[in-house]
Amino acid sequence: MDIVYTLWLRSVKRYVRSKSRIVGSLGMPVFFLLALGFGLNSVVQIPGGGGEDYLQFLVPGIIAMSVLFTSVFSGIQIIWDKQFGFLKETLVAPVSRLEIMLGQTLGGATTAVIQGAFILILSLFIGLKLTTITGFVIAFLFMTLIGICFAAFGIAIASKMEDMHGFQLIMNFVVFPIFGLSGALFPIESLPEWVIPLTLIDPLTYGVEGIRYGLLGTSAIHPLVCLAALGASTVVMIVVGALLFRKASI
Amino acid sequence: MTAIHVENLTKRFGNFTAVDAISFDIKKGEIFGLLGPNGAGKTTTISMLSTLLEPTSGKARVNGIDIQKDQDGVRKSIGIVFQDQSLDEELTAWENMDFHGRLYRIPKEIREERITDLLHLVELEDRKESLVKTFSGGMRRRLEIARGLLHEPSVLFLDEPTLGLDPQTRNHLWEYILTLNQTKGITIILTTHYMDEADRLCGRIAIIDQGKIIAMDTPDELKDRVGGDVVTVSSPDSERIAAEISAPWIFGAEQHDGQVTIRLQSAEEHITELIRLFGERGYAIASVSIHKPTLEDVFLHYTGKTIREDEAGATDRIRMRMMGRRH
Ligand SMILES: Nc1ncnc2c1ncn2[C@@H]1O[C@H](COP(=O)(O)OP(=O)(O)OP(=O)(O)O)[C@@H](O)[C@H]1O
Ligand SMILES: [Mg+2]
Repeated sequence: MDIVYTLWLRSVKRYVRSKSRIVGSLGMPVFFLLALGFGLNSVVQIPGGGGEDYLQFLVPGIIAMSVLFTSVFSGIQIIWDKQFGFLKETLVAPVSRLEIMLGQTLGGATTAVIQGAFILILSLFIGLKLTTITGFVIAFLFMTLIGICFAAFGIAIASKMEDMHGFQLIMNFVVFPIFGLSGALFPIESLPEWVIPLTLIDPLTYGVEGIRYGLLGTSAIHPLVCLAALGASTVVMIVVGALLFRKASI
Repeated sequence: MTAIHVENLTKRFGNFTAVDAISFDIKKGEIFGLLGPNGAGKTTTISMLSTLLEPTSGKARVNGIDIQKDQDGVRKSIGIVFQDQSLDEELTAWENMDFHGRLYRIPKEIREERITDLLHLVELEDRKESLVKTFSGGMRRRLEIARGLLHEPSVLFLDEPTLGLDPQTRNHLWEYILTLNQTKGITIILTTHYMDEADRLCGRIAIIDQGKIIAMDTPDELKDRVGGDVVTVSSPDSERIAAEISAPWIFGAEQHDGQVTIRLQSAEEHITELIRLFGERGYAIASVSIHKPTLEDVFLHYTGKTIREDEAGATDRIRMRMMGRRH
């Protein structure tokens, strides 16, 4: 546990120091929130909803987006450690790779949840109405799970990458599709029928719906189903990430 | 008392053999040098001994522990300073040390005491709260050495410890390495392509070229093996001289970069005759110098080439740039 904590502490320290990264990675979610939220609020009618407006509907999606991007990115950061040589320092120590991987994952998840929390707080100022404290806690639970799941995913990818060249490729062909298919921007029921299976195998879908249940009190998928599906995906990602990281060369 | 035992250790990358069946033993408390040009296989050897790279074949034990059977055991007992930088630039000097101490599970009190002592030793205590990205190359190197010692390893690997440092800092680090070895009895294995460094620090040297150890002994013994004295002649006819020159008191001659290095017995006595021979055969001579054999001559003798300082200098500069700040 000490070792996991050591790695976690380092991630968090680095995060707190990188003011530009914090602000920078808030840029896109805030832009989405404001542009889509206010731009489409009066135009879009959420079907079957109890009169909730599009902005309310969008907030959980954008929080999930923020957590997703930050966690994937923090996992992929071990490529920087590789290039800067710091990974060798960690790997030559008498600690297991699993501990290193878990510390890195939890560190990434922590920073991702903080980024998500920024969006959540911002949303309170622009019209998000919180229902209950329990709902708030539920939202954080799902944010944490998304963070862990996708930080582990980032590490899995980074273990297979030699350098940062493939980064854009991963962003465009993996991370954006995960976001786009997740029902973060549109209600699942309104998607074309052939897209729905894709949405249902996307772990982020369950994260978005879970946060939605917490913040708005309603969701398209039952929250316990969300919890089970996202929880299972998280376990799978950790296992895959740990296996790939164990094989990763320096 | 053997600190490191290496037997036919081999590493292949695809078809390319980077380290070719090397064997050696290092006694406890020794400073042992691996001397060789770029690409000789020094770092690959260190990587295998420190468990970062699996050997293709062969065996090695560090502190009696098999490097393949008990990696954790080996890792606990060694310290390593990598050739390329391995600090976290976004952390302070203290935090880099602290991170290391925690990884090696050193209890808090001992950890803090040792970090304070070591930072004092490498004269970085007044910069301990500064981010490493504000450090110079020499400061980074000193911090890395301090970090490598934090868990009090009994064997310390130093991969090109003074690469790209200025003469003053190099001297300082040499003193420091010698003190460590003498006061704490730490076994040190270092790689270098600087002749003077190997000469100054190492009790024994293995000269390694293209993955093979081609000579191994104390610096003095190695120099004696070259034999007698050395006369270096700069000449446009260097190739002819190397091929043609002979006398009963000449052991051999090697040509390199427009120079001939002639190994001979008692140079002071024979130099006049040598000059006369040059005159008789009509060689154009630019300059002649007499000296005792250096490791450079030893290297030339065994490999037929020099470790070219200018070439090394160029790589150093490239490396230093890579080690430098990248934002
Ligand atoms: N991962 C690798 N894959 C393929 N070839 C490699 C790898 N690592 C090293 N080599 C090759 O093995 C040889 C020995 O490399 P090594 O780094 O051990 O040399 P070195 O003696 O440390 O040289 P230098 O003085 O430049 O540090 C080189 O030719 C290098 O190109
Ligand atoms: Mg090297």
